Amino acid sequence: MTVLLYSNSGTVEMFKLNPQAGQPLYSQLMQQIRYAIDTGALRAGDQLPGIRTLAEEIVVSHNTVAKAYSELEHEGIVELRHGSGAFIASRNNVQVRSEKFRHAQDRVRALIGALRREGWSEDEIHRMFGAELFRPEQSPARR
Amino acid sequence: MLDYVIETHDLCKQFGNVHAVSGLNMRVVRNQVTGFLGRNGAGKSTTIKMLLGMTHPTSGSGQLLGRSITDPKQDLEARRQVAYCGEDKQLYAYMTVKQLIEFTASFYPDWRSEVAASLLDRFQLPRGRKVKALSKGMRTKLALLLALARRPSLLILDEPTEGLDPVAIEELLQTLSGLPADGTTVFFSSHQISEVERIADRVCIIDRGRLAVDLSLDEIRQDHRRITLSFPKQPPHHLFDLPEIRSIETNGRQMIVVSSHGADAVVERAKSADAIVLDIAPINLRELFLGTVQDHK
Repeated sequence: MTVLLYSNSGTVEMFKLNPQAGQPLYSQLMQQIRYAIDTGALRAGDQLPGIRTLAEEIVVSHNTVAKAYSELEHEGIVELRHGSGAFIASRNNVQVRSEKFRHAQDRVRALIGALRREGWSEDEIHRMFGAELFRPEQSPARR
Repeated sequence: MLDYVIETHDLCKQFGNVHAVSGLNMRVVRNQVTGFLGRNGAGKSTTIKMLLGMTHPTSGSGQLLGRSITDPKQDLEARRQVAYCGEDKQLYAYMTVKQLIEFTASFYPDWRSEVAASLLDRFQLPRGRKVKALSKGMRTKLALLLALARRPSLLILDEPTEGLDPVAIEELLQTLSGLPADGTTVFFSSHQISEVERIADRVCIIDRGRLAVDLSLDEIRQDHRRITLSFPKQPPHHLFDLPEIRSIETNGRQMIVVSSHGADAVVERAKSADAIVLDIAPINLRELFLGTVQDHK
């Protein structure tokens, strides 16, 4: 059982929420926890910081962290244990997600490679992705 | 079911000919952090003073923790569970930090000395120093300590970060963000939109004495979009007569539309008028605030 999230200065380095992004903070946090799992920074059985601790560390409302944890529990990614906190689930879902993620990442990498070869700049590609993500039909928020 | 710690119904306050608050209908949800925004003179402080029984409403009614603010007996009961940190932290200047804590504790039978002790540690307040020699940041922390040691159901703060240095602001926001875990609802007024955006679950914007916006920050992030459109010719009138449209700004053939319910309907109508969608972007609280309070003079 390891708490990987604390640096020597005692601050949480791993999670950085953007209050001005067009996405609720709880879902940004969910995404970052999923991402930490997908990249192997967090593994099955790892303990997450307590709700209150994390809320104070990243200075967001307690309710934001509570909602993110409980939604992740619903997805089977996090286990909430009474009195002892939140842990990354030890079940297979975590591993399956991780594989799917790598697969998706490969496809994104290939697409970006192709766009670069066509001569589009980083900035242009960035904008293309950004604009598409907010386009109604594909907006992940309203799936 | 949502449970409200503050509810006002057509609350009004008139000073002579000035309508400081005119028909305020506002609700604050229990166990959340709610930011209260508005321009100077919009009625923020007057509203808070009415809630706390420091001034009486001209008309209308309100409830604090379910008890009427216009009934002195009920209001007194409610205020036992409410703590307030005002702009002017009026503390006894000649007492030391330790003396003031002991003095304040003597008024409250349910005083939690362990809470006071842990906050004293956390805030690193010098116990032996006289209150008049404390910095503004320390005074604010002391006022907050005195408020929180009572474990109030509701903490009301009037511009708590005003005049504090960045480190003190950060510490204050950290403390506030964790309070719902102790069962303390936080309601704070501020001019610092970015602070509200960081720690609040919900925001109320008061404008000219009325409630202009009451939204969760999640709703703003998820559903509010600014859509920039380019039309082949002058855009038709009334194209966007939709309930979710918050504002429309036309500049020749270009139009910027702010929707409170995603971009779908706007994009659909725009395409029917042969417009090109140039950009769809989220809006932040600052833009929402300015769009709300600037429209009229």
